[in-house]
Amino acid sequence: MARRDTPEINAGSMADIAFLLLIFFLVTTTMDVDTGISRKLPEKQPEDMVPPILKEKNVFEVNINRRNEILVEGDQYMKVDELREATIKFIDNGGGTAEALAKEDLTVCSWCEGEKDPASSDHPKKAIISLQSDRGTSYATYISVQNELVAAYSFLRNRYSNAKFGKDFDRLSSEQQKEIKTDIYPQIISEAEPTK
Amino acid sequence: MSKFQKKKKGTPGISTASLPDIVFMLLFFFMVTTVMRETTLKIQQPKLPQATEVKKLEKKSLVSYIYVGKSKDGTPGDKIQLNDRISNVGDVKSFIFGERAKHKEEDIPFLTTSIKADMEANVGTITDIKIELRDINALKLNYSTRKGSALDNMKN
Repeated sequence: MARRDTPEINAGSMADIAFLLLIFFLVTTTMDVDTGISRKLPEKQPEDMVPPILKEKNVFEVNINRRNEILVEGDQYMKVDELREATIKFIDNGGGTAEALAKEDLTVCSWCEGEKDPASSDHPKKAIISLQSDRGTSYATYISVQNELVAAYSFLRNRYSNAKFGKDFDRLSSEQQKEIKTDIYPQIISEAEPTK
Repeated sequence: MSKFQKKKKGTPGISTASLPDIVFMLLFFFMVTTVMRETTLKIQQPKLPQATEVKKLEKKSLVSYIYVGKSKDGTPGDKIQLNDRISNVGDVKSFIFGERAKHKEEDIPFLTTSIKADMEANVGTITDIKIELRDINALKLNYSTRKGSALDNMKN
């Protein structure tokens, strides 16, 4: 008696099954890339630490109150869209004289294009942005302000890297980026505890 | 007459035998790239603010998420969600310690905390979280935002 051949399994519906699975994964997959503003928190300071003495002119004070209004330098009411320009002007001022800066191992900021106003910041390495918000400030305003401050720094960094290396900051090698980040335009944003 | 009868020349059907292969290829691609959402949100989906200076979060496995937003049943105040539970600020520390335990020792300095907070959340809540994070030296922080003009945040 002849051996009966096993009948072949019809694979025609394989495509249907695969399609079904495919559609399932297509629907469930999320391709969103997480983006956000990266910040580094300051390390915890010992209780007995004496805060360093800063010159008033080297501090750029930004206050946000609980009605989401922004006050700059204690006397100037500002809208969010004006903040970036004011910040750039402050960081890029470079108003320090050679003698005064030599005491702190710095030289005159030759890359600054600011007004060299002696009443504003001496040097980008000395310029500190102090941000204080209220506990009731909305997160949206807070992020907008943070964004404008970071944007001011990235504008200046980009300008410098374009002038020196002919490339945008993002495209520089990590050593070059590090040089700009530490010696040219370090990002010094200090956040005070919010007011109650 | 049959000599002159024209043979009917239909276009030959396209073989679909390789269709399963193509579909399987796509299937495997999506199976590999898909990330199942690990946490289900117990709070309302936070409406993230927009910003221009955004950076991509690299290495998703090193990121732990803290959600801040409104509760679903409309009780006032900001709610914080860690893992699958609505928690209070005091639990942030143990949450981060738990996250650290999941990673290798050498990766711990690179662990990032991403705060996904609603636009209408209060800065106070965020600050409380930040103080907790600072206390246990989890210093790398990311405020999750969408890409877009920051000025749009203020419109509503």
